[in-house]
Amino acid sequence: MRHEIDLSRRAVLTGLAGVGSAAALGGASIMFPNANRNILQSVSYWNDRTQHFLFDPYKSAQTYDVSTITSPFPFNGFYPQSLAPNVDIDAWRLIVGGRTSKTLSMTVSDLRQLDSESQITRLICIEGWSAVGQWSGPSVRNLLERAQADLSSRYVEFHCSDGYWTSIDMASALHPQTIIALDFLGRPLPTAFGRPARLRIPTKLGFKNAKHIERVVVSNDWVGGYWEDKGYNWFAGL
Amino acid sequence: MAHDRKIRSGFERLLHWLNAAAILTLIFSGWEVFNAAPFYPISFPDWITLGTDLTTGLLWHFAAMWLFLISLGGFLIRRLILRKGIPLTPISPSGFANDLRAAVKGNLGHDLTVYNQVQRLLYLGVVVIMIIAFLSGLALWKPVQFSFIGDTMGGYEWVRRWHFWAMAGICVFLVIHVAMALLVPKTIAGMIFGFATSQRVDKPHEA
Repeated sequence: MRHEIDLSRRAVLTGLAGVGSAAALGGASIMFPNANRNILQSVSYWNDRTQHFLFDPYKSAQTYDVSTITSPFPFNGFYPQSLAPNVDIDAWRLIVGGRTSKTLSMTVSDLRQLDSESQITRLICIEGWSAVGQWSGPSVRNLLERAQADLSSRYVEFHCSDGYWTSIDMASALHPQTIIALDFLGRPLPTAFGRPARLRIPTKLGFKNAKHIERVVVSNDWVGGYWEDKGYNWFAGL
Repeated sequence: MAHDRKIRSGFERLLHWLNAAAILTLIFSGWEVFNAAPFYPISFPDWITLGTDLTTGLLWHFAAMWLFLISLGGFLIRRLILRKGIPLTPISPSGFANDLRAAVKGNLGHDLTVYNQVQRLLYLGVVVIMIIAFLSGLALWKPVQFSFIGDTMGGYEWVRRWHFWAMAGICVFLVIHVAMALLVPKTIAGMIFGFATSQRVDKPHEA
């Protein structure tokens, strides 16, 4: 009998402690929104690591039939479509540098000389919507190998004409479906979709597919990205 | 004479409240995420969603998913491997009909150590729905790495609908579950403190 009463008392205390700490956590998260933002951000970094682990470099994103291409293809960006930069194609160069033995400086026609990879894949936006499109251009791997990049580096950064930037892990950069797209639906990229060159990486969310790229940097230093610095998950793998 | 009996282990109560916290966080942050690109002509009001924008909604959602994984996994381990917990079977059409009739008339005995057949079906049903919610969530989070899940659900855009309707199913369960618990408040005490003041005195040898 005595034993049972102890058990109940302990049960009451644990119960109250549980309810109490839940209430305290809830209250604290309302009173200290920054602290709870920091905790959530640490979980997001932990999720980056989980995604590194889940990423299979040999697994391809599903490819689709031409008939399933989404038309019209939606525009999305951090500015309205009318503000998409009109890049001067003749002056434009794609610079590939950083942790590379050579620094490449390539014109659009230089890039068109390289083997072109074509894909019909699904672009999945972090907002939830998705659309199937067709992109083609040289693989990022091809460019990195030409520049004799240190492929053991951690990151590949993409810097754009419109001030946008993002970075991805090296394993994803070397994935065969990761390309510098020059064409969309078999024609040179329209201004809205990143003319003259964009990253197309079907193993990552849409915001990783940087448009209007002008500089690719191989690096070991964290540079985050435009949306990533605002709190989007960095790895953003699919 | 009434006496206190331990009916729920600390592990069970921990799992239950972890799951409750995970589910509520996932639902309210999920509504914030839904609002970013609704595929039905509805939108959840800002005052009820968790997160002030898509960014914070997603941060909450992809943090709470771990709690959900732990609590759902813990539940399945406890039920399927440890074989603990109040039985959820058997269920028969006639037994279910009887218990439902008794429940509507308010004639059910409130023995907290046994689930009636209406409860059994509700609990089994919500477990199945939670598994669908988990799998569709995994397929949305990693549609390439877990493409086999998406394939069985009809592809990415269908997976979004599966995930939405699983959420809706869980919400329906929650309304019934919370209403029933409030009608019999000692069930809430049982899930917090672990013991129940039993009205059954037919087992004096246990005292």
